[in-house]
Amino acid sequence: MNAFSVLSAVVQRDLLVALRRKSEVLTTLFFFVIVVSLFPLGIGPEMDLLRKIAPGVLWVAALLATMLSLNRLFAADHADGTLEQMALAPVPLGLLVTGKVVAHWLVSGLPLVLIAPLLGLQFDLAPRALTVLMISLLLGTPLLSLIGAIGAALTLGVRGGGVLVSLLTLPLYIPALIFGAGAVEADISGLGAAGHLSLLAALLALAAFFAPWATTAALRIALE
Amino acid sequence: MRMLTWKYASPQYFYPLAGKMIPWFAALAVLFGVSGLWLGFFVAPTDAQQGEGYRIIFIHVGASWMSMFIYLVMAFWASIGLSFNTRLSSMMASALAPTGAMFAFLSLWTGALWGKPMWGTWWVWDARLTSELILLFLYLGFIALQAAIDEPRRADKAGAILALVGVVNVPIIYFSVKWWNTLHQGASVSLTQAPSMAKTMLLGMLMMALCFWMYSIAVALARVRAIMLERERNSEWVTQLKEVQS
Repeated sequence: MNAFSVLSAVVQRDLLVALRRKSEVLTTLFFFVIVVSLFPLGIGPEMDLLRKIAPGVLWVAALLATMLSLNRLFAADHADGTLEQMALAPVPLGLLVTGKVVAHWLVSGLPLVLIAPLLGLQFDLAPRALTVLMISLLLGTPLLSLIGAIGAALTLGVRGGGVLVSLLTLPLYIPALIFGAGAVEADISGLGAAGHLSLLAALLALAAFFAPWATTAALRIALE
Repeated sequence: MRMLTWKYASPQYFYPLAGKMIPWFAALAVLFGVSGLWLGFFVAPTDAQQGEGYRIIFIHVGASWMSMFIYLVMAFWASIGLSFNTRLSSMMASALAPTGAMFAFLSLWTGALWGKPMWGTWWVWDARLTSELILLFLYLGFIALQAAIDEPRRADKAGAILALVGVVNVPIIYFSVKWWNTLHQGASVSLTQAPSMAKTMLLGMLMMALCFWMYSIAVALARVRAIMLERERNSEWVTQLKEVQS
């Protein structure tokens, strides 16, 4: 089996599992929508203010939504022993991990990207800013899945893992948040989002290379 | 020499050695601390722009340096522990984390006290302050992860991976001064340019930094001794220790 067919097999399998448990997937999405909708209620309906906080609010909500979905990444497979079989499989575990992260992003990251413009409209963002928001989330949410996978692997089977994973991954999410929300803000203020988006893409490239590696090491420790 | 190095990589031999070293480092810490504070509070001239309030620099700068440096040292020991499977290295990493977190907190606290008279606000969302805060979170995450895992070997290894991942953050802290232009003044001491501050001020700051170094070493050694006793409590050499028997 070549690397690509292994990757697509894992992605297909995880997507199938996710499809069988639709409610979990939708919960993440609705969480995102609800959190974003709470902010105008808490802050007040002034459009000028909302327009200003929109990038940050959407991005923070995306961070939290991704974080909530992280325990789905390995926990179920760990509980029923699938993960151990994967570690024993004659293909690199890193490849399988990458496949699982890709599937995680398709299930919980991509829906956020797609629904974000709709929520952005509630905050009266201009069409251009909405496009930048989508691009920044498109680059950023895979980054969140990749980094989150490290945290999920480290806290696998640990007591209090759910809260712990937030303590571990949220600080690591901060650069993504800064550049992601910064891109939209820079576009709104007329500075151009290219710089922020480039940095975000650079972080993504970096994480795509290193994160599966770190995740694999963490999984091996958890499975010892 | 080689044999000697490896010998002290074993908790059994390192335990008494650390016990002997602690008083010396503690004494040096007091010595440097007293002279640094004396220089800082009585000898160094009042700053032309910042008045007396600047004197907190003597604590603030040293604490910030240590908070970043200890993270690197911690990650170094953690990675040694991870790659060579040496027990003592991982224990050293766990022993350093609380001290590093303390310095990160101290740095933020003194920074706030300094910021109030200088900028008129306790806190600004500036890159350096923010990254120091992230560093504190990273320390807390490391400590929390190790505390949550009961089995020491797994705790060591998981912590090591987290520390190595977090190490990516430390250069970001350092270079953030250049990346973002904000309220925070540029680095106070630079190696490439002649320092813009008075000689006595620089000397006082270095003394305080040395004090923090010595303090960190003494405290980390004391803590690693406690960790060694806890983890090796069932082994022969611990039961034969005088302080354990009595």
